[in-house]
Amino acid sequence: MKTEKNLEQNKNPDAVGDGIHSIQKVIEPPKNISRPIVKYILIAISVLFLAVMLVVPLIVVLVNALGDGWAAYREAVLDEYTLKALALTLLATVSAVLVNTIFGVFAAYLLSKFYFKGCQALATLIDIPFSISPVIAGLVFILTFGNIGWMGDFLRAHDIKIVFAVPGVILATIFVTFPFVFRELFPVMNAQGNDEEEAAALMGAGGFTIFRRITFPHIKWALLYGVILCTARAMGEFGAVSVISGHLRGKTNTLPLHVEILYNEFNTTAAFAVSSILVILAVLVLIARNIVEWKRK
Amino acid sequence: MEQQIVKVKNKKGVRVIPGFGISMGVTLAMLGCLVLIPLASIFLSASQLKPGEFIDVVTSRQVVSGYAVSLSCAFLAAVVNAAFGIVLAWVLVRYDFPGKRLMDGLIELPFALPTAVAGISLTYLYSDQGWIGSIFAKIGVDIAYTRIGITIAMVFVGMPFVVRAVQPVLEKLDRQYEEAARMLGASKLYTFFRVILPELFPALLAGFGLAFARGIGEYGSVVFIAGNIPYKTQIAPLLIMTKLEQYKYADATAIALVLLVISFLLMFVINSIQIYMQRFSKA
Amino acid sequence: MYVEMKHINKTFDGFQASRDVSFGVEKGHLAALLGPSGSGKTTILRMIAGLDRPDDGDILIDGARVNDLPGSKRGIGFVFQNYALFRYMTVADNIAFGLEVQKKSKGEIRSRVEELLELISMKDLGKRYPHQLSGGQRQRVAFARALAPNPQLLLLDEPFAAIDAKVRRELRTWLREMIGRVGVTSIFVTHDQEEAMEVADMVILTNQGRIEQVGTPEEICLHPQTEFVQDFIDTKRFEALMGIS
Repeated sequence: MKTEKNLEQNKNPDAVGDGIHSIQKVIEPPKNISRPIVKYILIAISVLFLAVMLVVPLIVVLVNALGDGWAAYREAVLDEYTLKALALTLLATVSAVLVNTIFGVFAAYLLSKFYFKGCQALATLIDIPFSISPVIAGLVFILTFGNIGWMGDFLRAHDIKIVFAVPGVILATIFVTFPFVFRELFPVMNAQGNDEEEAAALMGAGGFTIFRRITFPHIKWALLYGVILCTARAMGEFGAVSVISGHLRGKTNTLPLHVEILYNEFNTTAAFAVSSILVILAVLVLIARNIVEWKRK
Repeated sequence: MEQQIVKVKNKKGVRVIPGFGISMGVTLAMLGCLVLIPLASIFLSASQLKPGEFIDVVTSRQVVSGYAVSLSCAFLAAVVNAAFGIVLAWVLVRYDFPGKRLMDGLIELPFALPTAVAGISLTYLYSDQGWIGSIFAKIGVDIAYTRIGITIAMVFVGMPFVVRAVQPVLEKLDRQYEEAARMLGASKLYTFFRVILPELFPALLAGFGLAFARGIGEYGSVVFIAGNIPYKTQIAPLLIMTKLEQYKYADATAIALVLLVISFLLMFVINSIQIYMQRFSKA
Repeated sequence: MYVEMKHINKTFDGFQASRDVSFGVEKGHLAALLGPSGSGKTTILRMIAGLDRPDDGDILIDGARVNDLPGSKRGIGFVFQNYALFRYMTVADNIAFGLEVQKKSKGEIRSRVEELLELISMKDLGKRYPHQLSGGQRQRVAFARALAPNPQLLLLDEPFAAIDAKVRRELRTWLREMIGRVGVTSIFVTHDQEEAMEVADMVILTNQGRIEQVGTPEEICLHPQTEFVQDFIDTKRFEALMGIS
């Protein structure tokens, strides 16, 4: 009887009546007794597809990076320009993550806890950077802050440089990763409902206390997940940054841009060596993502 | 009823949860400064173009072929991703096998890997000297620097979208639908196409749309493998880039505007279909 | 006996859902599998349908052992708990599904669908989609869909669970009448004793995977054989209900 009670609690809340059916849906691994061949064919197709499309390109990077030996690799990675590019990449990434986290938290709180006219439209606007070509993302900043932009004269008069300078690189990175944290937080906060916040508010808690004590514990994994995704994308942004950076070596070059320059100079080994730094960072991000995903469950 | 709720809640002091003002303020300020105002610049610049000029630019042979290359390759890549995406989602949800977790974790790689790195790696792999390219070169098929190469790069960047859209829906799909079809004598294949696929369709479409949009706008991973042969493998984002390097801002703006409109139309059509499909799921 | 279960055992991951289950249902009868939640009644139904396989024991339909026969070849119609109507097909397409699979001719399918729509009094609603129907109408469509390929045995899993209490009583009478009219042997699962007593002409009472008692509603009410049956059945209520006093 005891085990039965426990099993009953696993019950899918939608199911009505008899527990067995739904219990078994939870416990029983999907069976395909009749045609295991189909299973193996489909798995084989998936493995092959992923191997060719994902794994082999990664191996290519690593093999070529070490193609001229360890010394050449060290030299390419420890090159002055590489290190400067790495520093700028990190700066842009950290800025983007910081800005987009602040935005994501406020926007998700606003759209999930309050109902107001135009909230649907606002959600759509937030998603815009997601569906825009990165090249266009870079272009809009040139058209705003560049010499021909409507703020160009003002900036020149005050001697502020945004386009072809570090601020432009940061702005472009923020733009392309803008919705990432929001997109992870919003569904979680929306699903959580308002009951707990309303109860706390009626007891007299202030906005910050409510967020810290009630909302935050629900969203911490989603937040971390969003931050990781944002980091990954910010680190690797190429198109938008490429438009706005002006490719000034040692000044506005990020790692991906540095890779491009080396590659176009036919310095393939160095290009792959620098790429390998990004590959390692990407793999670390993936591992972190999987740990977070696992913790969330 | 809904209208009423809105009205009541919009009156000051009725909202129970604090923080509406500051959230609204921060959200609008950041969205406005970082996204909307810069984005408006493109429309502002475009409005300064003379209509004749604008039309000349976007109908020039080079630009039209750029759109054609971007759209056709992105569409093909999205189709490939839709097909493999369903297979991958199915395998990840329905089967148990060693290495499944690893496979699941790998799916996001194209999100995490910088596009430029993917670009040079794919180019190396598929050039006629590369590991895979050399095999195809023997049978006379060139991949790098052709539209096939562009499509492969777009498949790479768009891969996670369909899998991640379909996977959760397949996980939640009630087995009763399949059992019902089975009891009525339908084969597995027939059940899949008549019963399961329609259930997955909205998610599949969303994933397809995102992959398609991503492909149209993609630059970093494509630009290396494309080879940028005019009229053949020049993609639209690259044309924008080229015009910018020549300081032809007006031309770049015009090309970008059309590309933007295409992306928005695509998202609009897909959203509409999804809203239409939602009617069927009312309990 | 049309359907027979002989010494059936079934375990799910260490949870024994059926323990030495044996009973039979005669041709043309309407039987109820009654028991509390988790008593293993749905498992029994799913094993008869071929949706689950018993660990050991025999399932016989019309005298033949069907353990190794796929569900679709057993001549069974199944009405699922939440009906499992195909959302993206019209009512008519839902009913036609089983016939299409059998590659029946178009004319044959159309006439059979019309006949069934008439039977469930939904003649003009064939072009509707499931989301445009009420709960009761959905159940009727699920019933018609299960009957379309002319099954010899109809299985219903909690057929009234998803329906408003108000309409439930009405539907019970309707279903009983329909099954009588079609003359198909039927077994339905329920946890509601009133439902079982009112609709069925034979009741199979299950508890913790075991069969406690098999008999007509009167027999079970008046002569409970185990302590569990005595506790479970609200005898007074049914005596009044059935006019026995």
